[in-house]
Amino acid sequence: MSSIQIELHENQVKELVEVCRSFNNDPIELINVLHKAQGIFGYLPAEVQEIVSRELNVPVAKVYGVVTFYSFFTMLPKGQNPISICLGTACYVRGAEKVLDEFKKKLKIAVGETTPDGKFSLNCLRCVGACGLAPVVMVGDRTFGRVSPDGVQQILDEYV
Amino acid sequence: MDKINLTIDNKPVQVDSGTSILKAAEQVGIKIPTLCYLHLEDLNIENKPGGCRICVVEVQGRRNLAPSCATVCMEGMVVRTNTVRVMNARRTVMELILSDHPSDCLVCAKSGKCDLQKTAQDLGIREVHYKGEQSHYKEDRSPSIIRDMDKCILCRRCEMMCNEFQTVGALSGVNRGFDAVVAPAFEQDLVKSTCTFCGQCVAVCPTGALTEVDHTDNIIRALANPKKTVIVQTAPAVRAALGEEFGMEPGTLVTGKLVTALKQLGFDYVFDTDFAADLTIMEEGTELLTRLTSYLNGNKEVPLPILTSCCPAWVNFFEEYYPEMEDIPSTARSPQQMFGAIAKTYFANKIGVDRKELVVTSIMPCLAKKFECQREEFKTDGNPDVDFSLSTRELAALIKQSNIDFLSLPDSDFDAPMGESTGAAVIFGTTGGVIEAAVRTAYEVYTGKPLQKIDFEELRGMEGIRHATIDFNGLPINIGIAHGLGNARKLLDSIKAGTCNFHAIEIMACPGGCIGGGGQPLHHGQSSVIMARQRAIYQEDANKPIRKSHENPYITKLYEEFLGKPLSEKSHHLLHTHYFNRSKVKVVIPKSKS
Repeated sequence: MSSIQIELHENQVKELVEVCRSFNNDPIELINVLHKAQGIFGYLPAEVQEIVSRELNVPVAKVYGVVTFYSFFTMLPKGQNPISICLGTACYVRGAEKVLDEFKKKLKIAVGETTPDGKFSLNCLRCVGACGLAPVVMVGDRTFGRVSPDGVQQILDEYV
Repeated sequence: MDKINLTIDNKPVQVDSGTSILKAAEQVGIKIPTLCYLHLEDLNIENKPGGCRICVVEVQGRRNLAPSCATVCMEGMVVRTNTVRVMNARRTVMELILSDHPSDCLVCAKSGKCDLQKTAQDLGIREVHYKGEQSHYKEDRSPSIIRDMDKCILCRRCEMMCNEFQTVGALSGVNRGFDAVVAPAFEQDLVKSTCTFCGQCVAVCPTGALTEVDHTDNIIRALANPKKTVIVQTAPAVRAALGEEFGMEPGTLVTGKLVTALKQLGFDYVFDTDFAADLTIMEEGTELLTRLTSYLNGNKEVPLPILTSCCPAWVNFFEEYYPEMEDIPSTARSPQQMFGAIAKTYFANKIGVDRKELVVTSIMPCLAKKFECQREEFKTDGNPDVDFSLSTRELAALIKQSNIDFLSLPDSDFDAPMGESTGAAVIFGTTGGVIEAAVRTAYEVYTGKPLQKIDFEELRGMEGIRHATIDFNGLPINIGIAHGLGNARKLLDSIKAGTCNFHAIEIMACPGGCIGGGGQPLHHGQSSVIMARQRAIYQEDANKPIRKSHENPYITKLYEEFLGKPLSEKSHHLLHTHYFNRSKVKVVIPKSKS
């Protein structure tokens, strides 16, 4: 585990509390709440997990357990444009690893890291359910299909 | 209920519908090995994650082996528990578990009592064929509990006790795959978590992953130091369990042998925490009657019900989760701390020893007591009222190390004055006992009449939450009892919601009360062991010539010579405490982890 210590703004706390309420503060919705929370903050620092724990009445150890179990959740801040490369079976056999290498080379960061200017972060995931488009790259909510190493620069250019 | 017929290893079995194969096999004398499975039947505690796969069996017609703990019997099922395929699978699973487990059994605190070690022996493992990476986690040392997660086999028993039974939620499975481990939030140390140090995780851990902080060396050194006067107090639940460590039947009372052993170890005075339990009743009982009388006289602001405060894990629990209710529990210190406070003032004076040269030790069925005696409020100029607290298990180890043949020891009596106690004090060791002791005294003080019947059967038992109404000569007193912090939480929530009409509530953190404490000999999942200890406690009470705390002549003398009367200024100073809000403990996040 590693995280940075942050202080949440009052309106951020309010927004998070609102998210919990929208799920009726039901402990069963923990994963959904964390999903939304990560949408707001870009990551799930300890402070956010503590608020979720309090609001849903789930021990903070459990919240942390869920956060560390699913690779989707992260306790590290992501870049403005989080890049996720699918390494599921279909994407992998169609060359996703070469695409990943190209991203690493271009951005000069390793998987799980963020560029010093905070623009991009790089992550891998397992199957987004769009195997027909393999290899798939996601940047934020956008999906790029049939990506080749040659196409990497083009994707990055869209966000510069 | 529907009956199901099946055969297990060619033996026909009839069971109720819903019975697991594991339980059905037990009925016909087949003991399938388990590791993660835990069932404390009389206490309704079960851990059944089906995770370790040691208990797999072959079910005819099924392709895969089935975990017998989590597979329900079906009509006509044909089960085999000892085929070559099953035995190979079981050994393979065990070898894989051992391949990521340190092999330092010879020097492990759990050696000889380790379920993993025993199961590996039973399975005839002589070699581990799998070599690979081993998990390495940092050791976590709290004042009470040591977590050595390198030895964890992820059975999740501790997690179940902490979350389901105690509702403390300090532990959870975190991370995944090879990195998976049971840990507090953010993998911080236990001391920074919501842990109450009840030690129930230690009580159920099948390996050496969770153990107590060992103070036996401190005691050995203190006993060897000629400048020190070393005194010891022993909690009531210890005498009902210590014998188990020496192979005696659960429920064997060893009070006399215990005293002899402590004298042979070299303690200058062998006293009894029961003395302080009688004192607790004087203070707590008076507090109850004071609050109650005030309430009956029309003061509706009086905080009721009064909650007992002898259990240190319970105190930690309400400080963490119910700090807004801190005026409800009795302010009386626990017997351990009352003993310490009196020993280092009244008794130290009597024998003319400076408190700094007096070492007060305690033998407790409890791990939270280790935490409790380190609390700042129980120190005078940095010198603690109780210097070291040993668990029942540690005392057994100390006796063995000192070459004392426990089984052949004659009986001895506790020393005076702080070794004298009543039957009321003895029953502090079981759920329902503290409140029964309080009722025995409060009844006679309130009504001015002697009790016709000393035994309050209606307050006894093993149900998680119990209640009874005691007639105080026309005044009905409603009593609540909870053991297990999850049960305590239910009562506290009902107080908060205003739906509770109790006048007094007794709470114990551990299943069965102190007899099932985190420092007791391991029960290995047999709740009958805890039941037997409870019977022993009531037997000891029945055997005592004096059975009401206020009739203890040494307690009367203590008030005459030193304290004045219950709730006097001196009593408040020495025997009462105040509580802290612990729920605001802020998360401190480590900078980074490699």
